[in-house]
Amino acid sequence: MKVLVPIKRVIDYNVKARVKADNSDVDLTNVKMAMNPFCEIAVEEAIRLKEAGTASEVIAVSIGDKACQEQLRTALALGADKAIHIETDAKLESLHVAKLLAKLVEQESPELVILGKQSIDSDNNQTGQMLAALTKRPQGTFASKVEIADGKAVVTREVDGGLQTVALNLPAVVTTDLRLNEPRYASLPNIMKAKRKPLDVIAADTLGVDLAPRVELVRVAEPAKREAGIVVESVEELVNKLKTEAKVIS
Amino acid sequence: MSVLVIAEHENGVLKPETAKVVHAASKLGAEIHVLVAGHNVGSVAEAAAQIAGVTAVKLVDDSALDHQLAESTADLVITLAQGYSHILAAASTTGKNIMPRVAALLDKSQISEIVDVVDADTFMRPIYAGNAIATVKSLEAQKVITVRASAFDAAGEQAPVAVETLTASVENTSSSFVGVEQTESERPELTAAPVVISGGRGMQNGENFSLLEGIADKLGAAIGASRAAVDAGFVPNDMQVGQTGKIVAPDLYIAVGISGAIQHLAGMKDSKVIVAINKDPEAPIFQVADYGLVADLFDVLPQLEQAL
Repeated sequence: MKVLVPIKRVIDYNVKARVKADNSDVDLTNVKMAMNPFCEIAVEEAIRLKEAGTASEVIAVSIGDKACQEQLRTALALGADKAIHIETDAKLESLHVAKLLAKLVEQESPELVILGKQSIDSDNNQTGQMLAALTKRPQGTFASKVEIADGKAVVTREVDGGLQTVALNLPAVVTTDLRLNEPRYASLPNIMKAKRKPLDVIAADTLGVDLAPRVELVRVAEPAKREAGIVVESVEELVNKLKTEAKVIS
Repeated sequence: MSVLVIAEHENGVLKPETAKVVHAASKLGAEIHVLVAGHNVGSVAEAAAQIAGVTAVKLVDDSALDHQLAESTADLVITLAQGYSHILAAASTTGKNIMPRVAALLDKSQISEIVDVVDADTFMRPIYAGNAIATVKSLEAQKVITVRASAFDAAGEQAPVAVETLTASVENTSSSFVGVEQTESERPELTAAPVVISGGRGMQNGENFSLLEGIADKLGAAIGASRAAVDAGFVPNDMQVGQTGKIVAPDLYIAVGISGAIQHLAGMKDSKVIVAINKDPEAPIFQVADYGLVADLFDVLPQLEQAL
């Protein structure tokens, strides 16, 4: 079984995003970048499927400028067999990304595509579902457990109020939630080995997808600041304030 | 033109998110239709007909729509989509699952988790875990939108409008429902509770979360947790409040042993009143708290339960 893992280069999850002074966007100049945490979980899951003998090949793909090859090398160091870079400088929306990935799915015919459920920059939570729709595949979103057997993916999903399990006919699309697995770190020998693994580059404009924007970013602003309140000295004082001042309990 | 709101429901009950999405939809200045899609959901349609501002309810009751699996539900929505300027759903795990599939099938971009409506084309939404608020303008004639329900008040009630029953010709051959494991709880759901009390890494282990239960019982509160507490394995992920978990905005939020990482603040900073209990006076949670108590939570929690 071939597994395709799309990954995204984003701001490092420990770095606080700052808004540009002209409110045009978030300032990413000289900011530490990394693989999106949900994508790391997707890579890990694919590699575990390969280690279990379920997957035969793991292909990592990323879309963006040249810099995202850094994250593809990380995926190779973690255990992916091959990487594909779809190169573009355009600002893409989830639909564009899903359409480019759909072209790749057409070429590579993976039986399973595993993606992160959302990226921590745009927080859209769309790409996996859109890719599933465009490739007419069933989807198992927000997965906390994935089992492959008898031509099906049985996916346990984190839903509001509990867990839902669905069975998907392969080929299928799965998006990862936090508890699916704990991603490993790349070892130094594997990082060295990854440099020799194949990384193909495809120019995005050769894939025949219209990348014209459909949503305009008008303005980016800091969120409204919440003022710090007061420090109380005791539980009695706290309860008293909540009753008489805030009036949120009776 | 009119707008279509996809009703959020579970076990034959309309969920409160729907009235909040209807409120958001009312800012678009168009007629509001609600689609109730599912199996054995007649009572959901009757409840939706009583949300103020709703002008029509479309009911599609079909076994192929049971459990609102994305594949069949999205196929249904696109057959009804024509003529609607906006299609909206709550940014719940159900809405997040279905709507991008709808958008892609309609060849539209989706605008996720809006927190405000500027005009019929322009919306505000948080990005970067709520560290920035983007104003985005759709350039498309038809918009597919998910709504962060906690950012909108619920629409009121009205005398019920008519429910129109439609028949669907959808089927689902690619996915099937296997089972559901509902978190057993007598308490209100996190996203709907008027009071939320959450524990963080400072709780030290899962057993200690029982210290929150007595307080939650007295306040009618839901119990939440920070991502640190979830990652440490203290409690299940569905208790997580934060950008990667539930977004809540209760009247009262009590953070216990939570330092206040950005990712947690993004999930609760719109609460009306925030109380922080933490022994570290430098914890960032105090910068957003209305009332802070610098103390050991293991001393304070039993006292608080008694005092209520």
